Amino acid sequence: MGRKILFITTDQQRYDTLGVNGGQVASTPVVDGLAREGVRYTRCQPTSVVCMPSRASMLTGQYPSTHGAWMNGVALRVDAPSVAAALHDVGYATALVGKAHFEPFLDPFGRFVENALSNLGVPTVEQPWFDGRLGVHRGFDVMELATHGVLGPLHYARWFRRTHPEAVEGFYPVLDADLNVNAAGGGDTGAPQVHYNDVAREWYHTEWVADRTIAWLEGLDPARDWFCWMSFPDPHHPWDPPAEAARRVDWREVPLPENYPERREERERLLDAKARHWRLWYDGRVVSNYEAPAHWVPATLTADQVREVNALNAVEVELIDEAIGRVLAVVEARGWGEETDVVFTSDHGELQGDFGLLFKGPYHVDGLLRLPLVWRPARSAGVAPAVVTAPVSLVSLAATFLEIAGGQRPSWAEGDPLPLDDAAAPSDAATVTEWDSDLFGVDVHVRTILTRSHLYSEYGRGAMHDGTEAELYDLAEDPLQRENRADDRGTRAVRDELRERLAAHEARPGERATPGRLVAPV
Amino acid sequence: MASVRFERRIGAPADRVWALVGDPARIVEWFPGVLEARVEGDRRTLRLATGVEMPERILAADARTRHFAYRLETRLVRFHLGTIDVFELGPSDTVVAYATTAEPDTMALVIGGATDEALDAIVRLSEGTEG
Repeated sequence: MGRKILFITTDQQRYDTLGVNGGQVASTPVVDGLAREGVRYTRCQPTSVVCMPSRASMLTGQYPSTHGAWMNGVALRVDAPSVAAALHDVGYATALVGKAHFEPFLDPFGRFVENALSNLGVPTVEQPWFDGRLGVHRGFDVMELATHGVLGPLHYARWFRRTHPEAVEGFYPVLDADLNVNAAGGGDTGAPQVHYNDVAREWYHTEWVADRTIAWLEGLDPARDWFCWMSFPDPHHPWDPPAEAARRVDWREVPLPENYPERREERERLLDAKARHWRLWYDGRVVSNYEAPAHWVPATLTADQVREVNALNAVEVELIDEAIGRVLAVVEARGWGEETDVVFTSDHGELQGDFGLLFKGPYHVDGLLRLPLVWRPARSAGVAPAVVTAPVSLVSLAATFLEIAGGQRPSWAEGDPLPLDDAAAPSDAATVTEWDSDLFGVDVHVRTILTRSHLYSEYGRGAMHDGTEAELYDLAEDPLQRENRADDRGTRAVRDELRERLAAHEARPGERATPGRLVAPV
Repeated sequence: MASVRFERRIGAPADRVWALVGDPARIVEWFPGVLEARVEGDRRTLRLATGVEMPERILAADARTRHFAYRLETRLVRFHLGTIDVFELGPSDTVVAYATTAEPDTMALVIGGATDEALDAIVRLSEGTEG
């Protein structure tokens, strides 16, 4: 009998939302406890700051420029490498419960498997694998899927509409009539995507994901090794948690984020020092990506709206923490407590008021880049608790899971297994985040490298950039990334070195998938 | 309102391609996600893999010009027009063009993405590499 793997992801959760990472608003005792017992990473970075490319990297162990799902709305090719398939091959039972999003959501035809499974009434279907064999879809024996609401064809939405049709209207409509991200304000402050949802807590998707995970675990042979990806859709917008829990954090008491400049002049000065699309978006002159509301101007965001968003975000984080506690209790009750590795992370962050902005896009700063990552190794492995401060990436997860299962890093995985302490990390450790997007002719291309000391972004030629723009932040002197030093003479040597390292990333060896076709906005 | 159009050049006679796309019931063979197509007069109803029933109105199925046109009649779109045109270049050389105009704009992207994949299937079926 080997080690089991419970892989827990949330969606759009910042590093600083966990108590153990210094968060002051949400109470997260369960994940904090995992962190104290295991390894806590203080500089984990995604390969992309939007869902589909980032999630595809977790599954494949590859950067978006390798796996080909380069932006939301581009499906990960069906025969892409999959850590779940590799684990399946060595005898693991495999499941994904919650949000997958390797394939576009907006798919009324159900041409993508994720959107058809619930209606077909089967746990999975057979598809081609990366090595030419046929196998269960993306390596999962079971997929039970959910997203941020109760519309659409996924399992949770269909279950909800069938069992609680009277409560459908309680959810905030994520998209507007034009199928853009909804800008309609709600809550007490009129903040976009904020809403007090009358749904009973036990019907909310956070509870459903935990319930269905528990049901799958309880159906397993106790001697079986298993890999379960439990994927919560929250705390991604909309911020519409069940009303019965929503007031547990009083938004009026929530402090403004450290990186929210209260004075408009200060916000604009900071934005003007960055690449030009930052200010263009803030002023409402450009929306470069679908993930932000098309009809919302960030400059209209008020301090109280930031407080209310962060309060409801914290409630959603707390509900997830409590749901994880329920699942861990089942893992213990089934006798797997000593043999189970638990990994907790998120696919990307959320600006949540930083620089006066909300949501996400090609804005590579800590709000979006710095993720919570906790690995509580199986107790039987005897790993000492540690805090890893070196940069690490979600691209390492696939190799890490295979190492846990006793395997080697496969040739298709680009990331090394996660280090278990700082001594095991390379002295020149660095991670890369990629961004490519094209929204109705507005294209943006960014490559970002994070080292122990600096964060550096280069902008490729696009609709708003001429290919010369860059941002460079000294993380020791400027941890909030407020002063762009890319053009300072004194930083030229650092910039040159980081440019070379990004160029080496672009030129890295290995087979790249043909970039996928954009077939939906998300 | 937004429009997208995709084309393929097919190594098959135009009549063979038209036989596939001009028969409204045969959409089940080449449009992704369509499980069943019921045709009654100018009405076609698709049963989709998501469980959705998609009603359509057929506007034209002209064998002489090899032109097919239809509309989705669903709340998903405020407007939709889909057209498929088959052009004969030679005895076994055909171009097929699949155009989508839709409102909201986003749906042109979504439907267009599906039509692009549909064209791949039309090529395979017409050239005899599948089915």
